[in-house]
Amino acid sequence: MFKPFFSSRWIVLSCLFSSFAAYADVSLLNVSYDPTRELYQAYNPAFIAHWQKKTGETLKLQQSHGGSGKQARSVIDGLQADVVTLALAYDIDAIADKAGLLPKDWQSRFPYNSTPYTSTIVFLVRKGNPKQIKDWDDLIKPGVSVITPNPKTSGGARWNYLAAWGYAQLKTGSADKAREFVSKLFKNVPILDSGARGATTTFVQRGIGDVLIAWENEAFLALQEFGKDRFEIITPSRSILAEPPVAVVEKVAKAHNTLAVSQAYIEYLYSTEGQTIAAQNFYRPRAEIVAAKFANKFPKLELFTINQLFVDWRTAQKTHFDDQGVFDQIYLSTQK
Amino acid sequence: MHTLSVQTQSTAITEPRWVRYTLISITLIFLSLFLLIPLISVFTEGLRGGINKYFAAMVEPDAIAAIQLTLITAAIAVPLNLVFGVAAAWAIAKFEFTGKSLLITLIDLPFAVSPVISGLIFVLLFGLQGVFGEWLAASDIKLIFAVPGIVLATIFVTFPFVARELIPLLQSQGNDEEEAALVLGATGWQTFWHVTLPNIKWGLLYGVILCNARAMGEFGAVSVVSGHIRGLTNTMPLHVEILYNEYNFIAAFAVASLLAILALITLALKTFVEWRVQTQVLINDPDVAS
Amino acid sequence: MLLRLKQHSVLPGFHLALGYTIFYLSLIVLIPLSMVFFKTSTMGWERFWTVVTEPRVMASYRITFGAALIAAMINAFFGLLVAWVLERYQFFGKRFIDALVDLPFALPTAVAGIALASIYSSNGWIGQYLEPLGIKVAFTPLGIIVALTFIGLPFVVRTVQPVLQDLERELEEAAASLGATRWQTFKCVIFPSIFPPLLTGFALAFARGLGEYGSVVFIAGNMPMISEITPLLIITKLEQYDYAGATAIAVVMLVVSFILLFLINLLQWWTGKRCR
Repeated sequence: MFKPFFSSRWIVLSCLFSSFAAYADVSLLNVSYDPTRELYQAYNPAFIAHWQKKTGETLKLQQSHGGSGKQARSVIDGLQADVVTLALAYDIDAIADKAGLLPKDWQSRFPYNSTPYTSTIVFLVRKGNPKQIKDWDDLIKPGVSVITPNPKTSGGARWNYLAAWGYAQLKTGSADKAREFVSKLFKNVPILDSGARGATTTFVQRGIGDVLIAWENEAFLALQEFGKDRFEIITPSRSILAEPPVAVVEKVAKAHNTLAVSQAYIEYLYSTEGQTIAAQNFYRPRAEIVAAKFANKFPKLELFTINQLFVDWRTAQKTHFDDQGVFDQIYLSTQK
Repeated sequence: MHTLSVQTQSTAITEPRWVRYTLISITLIFLSLFLLIPLISVFTEGLRGGINKYFAAMVEPDAIAAIQLTLITAAIAVPLNLVFGVAAAWAIAKFEFTGKSLLITLIDLPFAVSPVISGLIFVLLFGLQGVFGEWLAASDIKLIFAVPGIVLATIFVTFPFVARELIPLLQSQGNDEEEAALVLGATGWQTFWHVTLPNIKWGLLYGVILCNARAMGEFGAVSVVSGHIRGLTNTMPLHVEILYNEYNFIAAFAVASLLAILALITLALKTFVEWRVQTQVLINDPDVAS
Repeated sequence: MLLRLKQHSVLPGFHLALGYTIFYLSLIVLIPLSMVFFKTSTMGWERFWTVVTEPRVMASYRITFGAALIAAMINAFFGLLVAWVLERYQFFGKRFIDALVDLPFALPTAVAGIALASIYSSNGWIGQYLEPLGIKVAFTPLGIIVALTFIGLPFVVRTVQPVLQDLERELEEAAASLGATRWQTFKCVIFPSIFPPLLTGFALAFARGLGEYGSVVFIAGNMPMISEITPLLIITKLEQYDYAGATAIAVVMLVVSFILLFLINLLQWWTGKRCR
């Protein structure tokens, strides 16, 4: 019953999709997270042109975007990604751990911990900064309403949380004080959206909250989309170096015979052209020449890394965000 | 025919005028608050950038691919569930057997399953780490993150609609007419086609309309099994989400309003069929008209 | 076998219809759904119990079941009214209203959630008038009820409507000619025959509300313990790659809604039997 049922459907479908395959020699699927849409919309055509010039092959690039964790789960469950470009290393670790689709030391395959571009966590406030928000300490003042998504469902929100924690820990020198700081911060959060873009919409469209904690690239994009006359970006004195990693899903790429082109796809991200596109899309470039060129675009601040304060993503996830972790404890205690 | 006779009937079988108007007013207020205003807001958001942008959102290649995929999915899911619905309703409404309530409850179950889970079960079954995962990968059959998975999830989500619509209807009608037809020498199929089907056609139509609307609009379950590959595995609701997440609100609501329009079209078809049937009855059976 | 014919019927096709029903049901629903139980069974009983009785999860059951129940009751009342008005009265724009009822099915749930959130938020079309009255809808538990009412309405209207359409007016005429008032006729003649479908509609709207995710997350605010629904917790578990934990909560919801649906179906079968 099963087999003919599906195979007949396949004939119909393959007819449908043959039109897509006809004009591309090789196709590549990049599974990415939400805030990189604009970046890869600009980068993909550039890479296609680059690859065509280099090898003569016509490439078709397919994109899939969604929440970072959900995208990683899809790859684990069989979404045929040649390349993954996700929000945090933990999600690519999961692909390595649960499905074995890439080696466990994937992060050493490319320069800079396999993160060709970085970002940080900043604040978006309404024009004129009515609540006078200058730094992290202003967020825990009573009467300040803070919008950040739910760290349990959003990768971006985990960066937000760790940035706040790291700021407090470096300032006070104690993890207990940091925990107190973060609990106070979340007392000021009226809504926990499930994703980063949802939180931006709540802040921008619904007019709720005095400050939105966001990726720097998202804040810049929101400014561009919704108007510099309505919002402004506040860069805190110190924040986390957010490193969204990239990797080739080796097992899948091998099966597709796209290992070389997948490799090249990521390497090109490190080239001057790739870095420039990243910077134009508000990601901080790694290459110094490009960084110097865009220096006035990205304000200077002190940046700490996740390895500096939280060992690594696996540990951070376990201590803070898993069930019964610090985030849950904070919430259970604030409710009482 | 009802509509015609209502006007000539005395107040004995309708309500006093003030009752009618109150009930109509309450209905209209309730529906405005919960349905009409959301619908209007979808259209105003979609049309905010002018009519050109509104249509531009629909003829964009990714949008067209999404519309195609949605229509294909509905075209496969609805007929399958239609056949099932009729068979299930026949068995359940026309016969008395033990375990009937259990069977009905099992049919209802997909309504109660969270869309998140409706998608997840197919991933657990056919995903790479799932029960049939290795076998499917070895034989190079892609169900999940491809069109078959989307169709399966849609069938699951819309599974009970037709059956659920028909069961109470068939039950309320009883078996007398069918039994009479059989006694008069009709075969089982003849009885079904000429006696049962005409009686349940409205319920059937409602069931199909609902099933179709839901098949086109399903978001949660499909989102889990789709993989969100632009232009390939995005249905219309997923395309709406993508556009919304790209801050392209106008296009998002434009495509969403198209879904609403598609649903309204099926309703218009229903009205048309109703009207055709009514006029036919009037022609064939002039007594009713007088 | 459990499903055995109780009394002989002259109608044919029982075995074919039932056989096909069970076959298709198993293929599409039962086998896939069994995966939820299968996956949950990989965790021990003790861990299962801890996961499904966490305070946060318990709070979410209260919110989810409470909101779904209230929404289903609102829908049962207004759904019956809408079906009645659409079937019995003539008024301008009736066809349009009739079509409108299906909107909640056709609109992707996420769009519905976004639209409702923007209308009922404090700067929205309706929200701005509710705000001065001290009523906050969007981003509160009340928002969940609004979303679930929206989602469930067609279930009641569309199950009651065809039965109402088929109701024989002669019975009402007979009742009227025997001296019954209109209200008596409704109570004793009309209501008993539309009660079973009404109950069905209520059950379906309720069941659908329990599982709803897409529209609710946009309007609920998702605060732990206050406005966090159970399906959201399932997503939370999945985010941690805890498939077993996710299915464990799903099992609880599935079993509870199965029991509720089963009770309602029994009740309906029982009332159906009584009136014959």
